[in-house]
Amino acid sequence: MSADATQRAPQGRTLSAAPGSAGLARRAWPWLVAIVAALLLPWLFFDWSTHRHSGFALTMLSEIGLMAIFALSFNMQMGQAGLLSFGHAILFGLGGYCAAHTMNAVKAGAMWLPVELVPLVGGLGGLLFGVLFGYVATKQRATAFAMITMGLGELVAACALMFMGFFGGEGGISTDRVIGISLFGVSYSSSWQVYCLVVAWTAIAVLLMRLQTQTPLGRMANATRDNFERAQFVGYDPRMVRFCQFALSGFFAGIGGGLYAIVYEIVTFDTVAAAKSATALLAAYIGGAGGFFGPFLGTIVVVLLQSGVSLLSNAWLLYVGVLFIVMVMYAPGGLVGIIAQHAPIARAGRLRELIVPYVRILLPGAFSVFGFVLLVELASFTTIGAAQGKAFKIGPQAVDPATAFPWLLGAAALIGGGLWLRLEARGFRARWDALMADAKAKGVML
Amino acid sequence: MAMRILARAAGVALLACVALAGPATAQGTIKIAYTDPLSGPFAQVGDANLKQMQYILDYINSKGGALGKKFELVPFDNKSQPSDALIALKSATDQNIPFIMQCSGSNIAAALIEAVDKHNSRNPESRIIYVNCGAVATELTNEKCSFWHFRFDAHVAMKAEVMARALPKEVTKVYLLNQDYLFGQSVQRDVKAFLAKLRPDVQVVGDELIPLGKIKDFAPYITKIKASGAQVLITGNWGPDMNLLIKAGIDSGIDLRYYTLYAHIAGGAVAIGPGGDGKVRSVMSFNENVAPEIGNKEAEEWTKAFRDKYPFDFYAAGFRTIFEYLQEATNKAGSADPLKIALALEGLKHKDFLGYETVMRKDDHQLISEYFVGTFKKGVKYDSEKTGLGWATEATILAKDLEQPTSCKMTRPAK
Amino acid sequence: MEVFLVSLLNGLVYGMLLFMLASGLTLILSMMGVLNFAHASAYMLGAYFAFTISQYIGFWPALVLAPLLCGTIGAAIEMYGLRRVHRNGHIAELLFTFGLALIIEKVVQMTWGLIPVPYRIPAGLDFPLFTVYGTQFPAYRAFMLLISALMFGAIWLGLTRTRIGLVIQAALHHPEMVGALGHNVPRVFTTVFAAGTALAGLAGVIGGNYHVTEPAMAFTMGPIVFVVVVFGGLGSLTGCFIASLLMGLIQTFAVVLDYSVADLLKWFGFTVTSATPFHEVLTVPLPRIGALLPYVLLVLILVFRPRGLMGTRDT
Repeated sequence: MSADATQRAPQGRTLSAAPGSAGLARRAWPWLVAIVAALLLPWLFFDWSTHRHSGFALTMLSEIGLMAIFALSFNMQMGQAGLLSFGHAILFGLGGYCAAHTMNAVKAGAMWLPVELVPLVGGLGGLLFGVLFGYVATKQRATAFAMITMGLGELVAACALMFMGFFGGEGGISTDRVIGISLFGVSYSSSWQVYCLVVAWTAIAVLLMRLQTQTPLGRMANATRDNFERAQFVGYDPRMVRFCQFALSGFFAGIGGGLYAIVYEIVTFDTVAAAKSATALLAAYIGGAGGFFGPFLGTIVVVLLQSGVSLLSNAWLLYVGVLFIVMVMYAPGGLVGIIAQHAPIARAGRLRELIVPYVRILLPGAFSVFGFVLLVELASFTTIGAAQGKAFKIGPQAVDPATAFPWLLGAAALIGGGLWLRLEARGFRARWDALMADAKAKGVML
Repeated sequence: MAMRILARAAGVALLACVALAGPATAQGTIKIAYTDPLSGPFAQVGDANLKQMQYILDYINSKGGALGKKFELVPFDNKSQPSDALIALKSATDQNIPFIMQCSGSNIAAALIEAVDKHNSRNPESRIIYVNCGAVATELTNEKCSFWHFRFDAHVAMKAEVMARALPKEVTKVYLLNQDYLFGQSVQRDVKAFLAKLRPDVQVVGDELIPLGKIKDFAPYITKIKASGAQVLITGNWGPDMNLLIKAGIDSGIDLRYYTLYAHIAGGAVAIGPGGDGKVRSVMSFNENVAPEIGNKEAEEWTKAFRDKYPFDFYAAGFRTIFEYLQEATNKAGSADPLKIALALEGLKHKDFLGYETVMRKDDHQLISEYFVGTFKKGVKYDSEKTGLGWATEATILAKDLEQPTSCKMTRPAK
Repeated sequence: MEVFLVSLLNGLVYGMLLFMLASGLTLILSMMGVLNFAHASAYMLGAYFAFTISQYIGFWPALVLAPLLCGTIGAAIEMYGLRRVHRNGHIAELLFTFGLALIIEKVVQMTWGLIPVPYRIPAGLDFPLFTVYGTQFPAYRAFMLLISALMFGAIWLGLTRTRIGLVIQAALHHPEMVGALGHNVPRVFTTVFAAGTALAGLAGVIGGNYHVTEPAMAFTMGPIVFVVVVFGGLGSLTGCFIASLLMGLIQTFAVVLDYSVADLLKWFGFTVTSATPFHEVLTVPLPRIGALLPYVLLVLILVFRPRGLMGTRDT
């Protein structure tokens, strides 16, 4: 199962789709469905007894939206142009700072700008710094590029703490999104209104980034990624391509930063720090850097892990670590890669035959995951969590972690599940290979 | 068949593990959301605070809680990120939790003050009080003060004054070394201001800012300090920046005393080690030897019970004052309505468990309480982190001496 | 003169500690192309292992056993993890080590607790060796210098005088060719990774009690090691050595030299006042940004000389 071949295939097809209104409609509907779904999602968490939206759910969803823009813009460098950046957050954060300063200026009456366009200011800020840092960083590629961006990231993060004027020091720049100027007469005092704005900007930014992949620049970025020398021979200056791609990705990262300023109403040095850059890298990789929408999927997973699982367990970082290791070892193409691998079987019309094998491997998989989680939580509970006022529970049942029973249960589930999984995996592989062979025979492999 | 039963059991188990290690919730409690880093490299701060708070709250609850209900701590991991602290705030207001508490980091505090202010004015039906238990930037109860923010720790200027007052008479040359960010810069500024005011005879022979968490070897700074002829090094550094600095100084054997703000918190004693005997001082709200020194048996017993239970020092016993304030104010307000509690907290006076008078000042919502300077040395009753050395109180500054003026112009909500 | 001499010594000690950490990484990075984010975690593990071992059988056995333990772990990681991931490309390898770093941090927290452990300098080395102008030079610092110098010598001899060393050197430049000549390249990789991890572990044993042994020590040591390796240039141990010393000395001397850009401009007749644009940046004195200079140098050298100081190929 070659990951690379399956990953790059979809982009080739979208180009050949027939232009015209029918084609446009066919391509537009998934977007509309996604936007409608995004707008309906918060109502699942609506509290009908108090008629209030869940602020937590709305903030999490907004975070997913703005981080998705950030991760996709990161992937403009990594996925499209093969440029691994360790300092992408500086573009995001600096865009956020620009947006925050702008909102403050508008609030003070020094300038006129509706709230809806503030992310654009963030984008322009990101573009400006993208041009500035891109000029330095894109002189090199590969590891040298990665190291330059790491150095720049550390420098900007350190400066953000040292210089009060622009960065506001440790306290950051706080701002107020209720500036009283709006294109649609909305005040943006409630999280729901802000969420709608985030959805709109996410849709716009994602669409623009999607279109960018089909421009000559996007294509040349792919070419310099795949075959550096040949791209040079064709007559393009690969450095110029890298530079444009970097600056543009700065623009989109800045839009994300601008939304951050609106959602949280404060921008601090954390937005430019290395941890933020790492989040983008992780999201892009987990989702799959090869497909355009991979980072979007990855962002959902990462944000849920970061803000959701971390509420349940203080060992969440360990789970993140394990997830990465499992992903890079078994699914290097990311989530999108996994989905793409099913495409030939789906085209052969035999996807249904995979349901039973999937159930059969998911069960032992769930077993071993349960065993692993139980053991980690037990260990973490006895060494760290015991005194944090939590009771150790499995479901509704309180369990005393000092007894042997839960440890044995965890070990049994992990080992038993693991052995069972090995057994089932063999059957699954045989089934998968048979279906792939069939797809090959039918000539739907691409 | 057996397979199927096993499979079903696995499904149930997987669902169950979602609830794993979730906070123990009880009906009819008054919740206090607490957010600090609880994971990652700097987890020790939040973890140690949480354990001490839990111990104190158990005690407060055994004394009746408030309004006949118990207090319950709901921890949220903010990973030192303001955005995660704000998500925790949203979660707290969704559940109508009346208090959110945060101790570590003025960046997060600044974000919370703003966000709580805006939330309370935009959503009057789910207001929340921000209880600040350790973010100490002076401006938070001055220029940035807010009606909804109550600070229960002395701010930097107060700590600087404590330090200046406690400086022995024979000291004439001091050296300042601080971390280069808002907090360190304000330590630098305030210490200099109070030295000029209270000790004009003291000369500042060196004044240094270092990038936060970037220095791995402090030996060059020690050389520079040595060359300047300073007798005392004053530093607001915390974490590795403080540990490595003091360690380098002790290793080089120079005759220097260290005045710090954070040497007494978890991990400090182990990092300094026996070499620091009599050399290190820290400005603190509490240490375990205060109670025996002033002969308060009850307080001593209470702190000793914590020692017997946990492997680290009870440095945050001062947090008891926070919860006693919340308890008293809630009872006085007669309901868990944040607005009523906030009004009840204003100007509230309380005698803390050591027997000193404290007051929550109405003008800026800053707690005015006694403060101590401790010396790290051998031969104390309760040693620190099993090093054989512990904190002995060198100076006690009473609340009435710490009444600093405030520039706070507070806007209060209509009753 | 006094300050100069003491600073020189300090810079040397710090530089040598950096070298101990960086030498392992430079082997791994130049040979396998792996940006090993778990390298500093091995440093942390070395310190914690040494702490536990020295509690039972003393510091000197720990000096040997802890690095060996780290090396074994390194070998296992390479054989069962990295080798699998290798075919998925360098970013996959990087993320693999990143995941490892997260796991190691949590495991350390769960095993040894969140607060620092009392890992102390052995009593036999805890005395001032000599006094320079009133400042004591601890014997342990001299010991660190000695160990790192021995290490440099050993690696150097190992790489140039032994058969496996020559194979490693060859594999540094032309791995395919070495494989074609019948050498077991995967085993060479395992050896290099294990050796690199063991070296980091040794640095942990030495540095853990000199610094503070705590769960954050890996996190804070991480980036600077990359800077040294890349600055020194891939494929060159000498470059790494020089870069380490340079970084150590630069950071040490930056502390002593109290100048800013504004002072420099004064030489040319400009006076910076609070009205000058960017005055906040121009008036920053050198000691305030001393610790950031390595990053500035990193960016500059990569822009103008991507192969680093003495690298044999572009980074």
